[in-house]
Amino acid sequence: MRITVNVDGVRYDDDVEPRLLLVHYLREHAGRTGTPVGCDTSNCGACTVLLNGTSVKSCSMLAVQADGAEVTTIQGLAATANGTADGGLHPLQRAFHEEHALQCGYCTPGMIMAAADLLKDNPHPTEEEVRDGLEGNLCRCTGYQNIVKAVLKAANQEVKA
Amino acid sequence: MTAIQETGNEVGKARVRKEDARLITGQTNWTDNITLPGLAHIAFLRSPHAHARITSVDAHEARNASGVFAVLTGQDLRDEQGSLPCAWPVSEDMVLPDHPAMAVDTVRYGGEIVAAVVARDRYAAADALELIDVEYEELPPVLDMEEAIKPGTTKIHDQGNKSYTWELANGDLGQAFNDAPVVLERTYRQQRLIPEAMEPRSVVCAPVGDEYTMWSATQIPHILRLMLAMVTGIPEHSLRVIAPDVGGGFGSKLQVTAEEILSLLIARRLGRPVKWTESRSEGNVAVHHGRDQIQRIRIAADADGRIRGLDVNLLADMGAYLMLVTPGVPLLGAFMFNAIYKMDAYRFNCTGVFTTKTPTDAYRGAGRPEATYAIEHVMDDLAAHLGVDPLELRERNWIKHDEFPYDTISGLTYDSGNYEAATARARDLFNYQDLRKEQSERISADSPVRLGIGVSTYTEMCGLAPSRVLGSLSYGAGGWENASVRMLPTGKVEVVTGSSAHGQGHETAWSQIVADQLGVAFEDVKVLHGDTQVSPKGLDTYGSRSLTVGGTAIVLACGKVREKARAIAAHMLEVSVEDLEWTEGRWAVRGDPDQGKTLAEITLAAFAAHDLPDGVEPSLDSDATFDPENFSFPHGTHLCAVDVDTETGKVKIRSYVAVDDIGHVVNPLIVDGQVHGGLAQGIAQALYEEAAYDDSGNLITASLADYLVPSAADLPSFITDRTETPSTGNPLGVKGVGEAGTIASTPAVVNAIIDALRPFGVTDVEMPCTPERVWRAINEAKGGAK
Repeated sequence: MRITVNVDGVRYDDDVEPRLLLVHYLREHAGRTGTPVGCDTSNCGACTVLLNGTSVKSCSMLAVQADGAEVTTIQGLAATANGTADGGLHPLQRAFHEEHALQCGYCTPGMIMAAADLLKDNPHPTEEEVRDGLEGNLCRCTGYQNIVKAVLKAANQEVKA
Repeated sequence: MTAIQETGNEVGKARVRKEDARLITGQTNWTDNITLPGLAHIAFLRSPHAHARITSVDAHEARNASGVFAVLTGQDLRDEQGSLPCAWPVSEDMVLPDHPAMAVDTVRYGGEIVAAVVARDRYAAADALELIDVEYEELPPVLDMEEAIKPGTTKIHDQGNKSYTWELANGDLGQAFNDAPVVLERTYRQQRLIPEAMEPRSVVCAPVGDEYTMWSATQIPHILRLMLAMVTGIPEHSLRVIAPDVGGGFGSKLQVTAEEILSLLIARRLGRPVKWTESRSEGNVAVHHGRDQIQRIRIAADADGRIRGLDVNLLADMGAYLMLVTPGVPLLGAFMFNAIYKMDAYRFNCTGVFTTKTPTDAYRGAGRPEATYAIEHVMDDLAAHLGVDPLELRERNWIKHDEFPYDTISGLTYDSGNYEAATARARDLFNYQDLRKEQSERISADSPVRLGIGVSTYTEMCGLAPSRVLGSLSYGAGGWENASVRMLPTGKVEVVTGSSAHGQGHETAWSQIVADQLGVAFEDVKVLHGDTQVSPKGLDTYGSRSLTVGGTAIVLACGKVREKARAIAAHMLEVSVEDLEWTEGRWAVRGDPDQGKTLAEITLAAFAAHDLPDGVEPSLDSDATFDPENFSFPHGTHLCAVDVDTETGKVKIRSYVAVDDIGHVVNPLIVDGQVHGGLAQGIAQALYEEAAYDDSGNLITASLADYLVPSAADLPSFITDRTETPSTGNPLGVKGVGEAGTIASTPAVVNAIIDALRPFGVTDVEMPCTPERVWRAINEAKGGAK
């Protein structure tokens, strides 16, 4: 099937198999390997991206369902948010770095994308709201404590900005 | 090796990590990201049965499917695949069954590989798997350890279902138990766990002529290369193994896997690069599992609670085969059941048992969480039996801070520790007395939500390991670590380490050590690791060894660089070597510190080599290998408060205090992160996770929908703090922190739950303590139905 997808600001026109998962499309057709695959039951959230600004788990969508959509991955987050090509770091990326909210880093792209969506809906979350809001994203390294801190910190920074 | 070196400005600093730059921007180099021209994709067909004979494999249709390059069966590979390695034959009579990477005639667990498809992409490979027709003759599964070793039970291997019995004993156990005023006997169950590193395993293998490069999501590139050579016969120097960015391991990637061996054999056979990446559901049956023990523990004590003797009998589930260190894992616990306590006699006996389940092997803590759980659980039981506060009982038995070094009953020498200090700090942070008061009030009010307080005063053996000790335990390799330092002409430094990080932050912490050792900027240090061509010598990362052993190797290599630099500096300054002292990161003239040379200046002079002293080579580069003389012994006191809803069985962690003593700290940010993650994994064992099988031997927790890795919503924030009693076994005074949280937290949580329920007569709740199990335990203790 023919699809047109905008991935991190670049338009792609591709013929894809109807069964192709969005995450495999992003990784293997659009070359956006920043989005990893962590499971096959949509539990871990490592593959979370923004689809038209809303977080989705790209392993549980077909590429053809993204036809006509704008997809933002971890590799396009800063540029999309800052409106510049090089982008620097998004406040969430900076906060994850400063608060040591990652260790192996495998869950990090999905965690940051899910957090971006969370802060869009709720710019002033409590700790409990952050914990509940990230329930669909698993991390095996950090025990989540610093992830929660980082999201709260990024929320504060975005308010100040 | 007892002098503690002065630390400079970098060690101890909460540096944010160098690694993060690529990890937070999606530029990470995971194995599954790697693509090569002509790359073929492998998919494995796995046994749907726990135990069966393979009567036929028909791959004809699959071989003819579109885009399929090859289909291979066990019969195709039987003469070249050898047997997967076990490096730890724990006894001379240990049964070590043949373990083909691909099953040839019998499968012994659900998930064992029976065929491989190699195809143009992962979808085509998966499609073709469905075209392979395998006929099985089912055999009875063997799922229960106690049944497995009974006579008449179906044999999983020709040699039977027992792998080994291993015993350690010291002191007169009979005397300790005879006429002891108190003897408690308990049976605890360590459930089977799945490590669940977030990155599924992945392998890429590329042949170039008769040489091979393998990228693998592994913790052990060096051991893997050696084992690939030994298993396949491909010369070691024709193999290069690269661990690129690796997404967590927790022991699960401390393995030489069937998939790695088969990827290499298939790449050789097809003469083209191949990739295999597992799905999570595939990984849950195929990645080695952890824990799974039945622990029988007897403790004898005097009336005042002083421990007289401890008798431990374990059944340890090996699963269907022995993998890299499978049989040795429970034995690491042999030295830890006595924990921080003094006693007169001790016996440890472990029988390794085969079942038709996924093989077990190292999982974060490896033997030590099991031991710590049992001893800390029984100590709480003993305290309750005697009516003594559990912290008070521990204090009556623990090794006092002025008794170190202390030779333990299990034969180790603890070099240092201060259990009093860590416990005092934890009590304060926890508000122990206030919580005890609230607990009494809730009991008096017959509140439906009870408060429980759990204690865990753990120690562990880290820094694996002194090679001589490993040799005495029949382990197949040493425990040293290597490092080299390369000085670049511009004054930048490349540090090559044999440790192989997969989330630990070595690039940051090692840079801090080198910055202090060489007087260079943190930013000027580049750490190289995880590639046998770049880092040719190493024994990799596991067992909280990287800093204590690998970090020390770096310190030693830096010392050699400094000494080489000293001779050149003396020549440059026209003074004698003895006139120079290393101060503030440079060689300076004693008494005239303005006269000095930085390492960058000396390095440039060495590079130019225009005017070097006679006989001095134009290089400062150095290499060092460190073999520790002893383990290190982190310890700490963890206190956990839980609310238990006695009407629903739901457990909520209300507060958790962890005070750890890991010696000197290189980077407190990284240390806190390790503790947080370790706590989460230990709590997960206590409350959530279990690899469960049905009666036919099918793993019923094969996906993350069924295997309950906790999310942020399931865990509390932790209060962490440290006391600092340096290790005397290495120049940094460090002990290791990778496993501490996991070891300590499981008993802290379960002890808290039982503490809340003791008024009902509950003495144990089997892990994981789900609401159903907690509710049933209360109901049963109250005299209701199970």
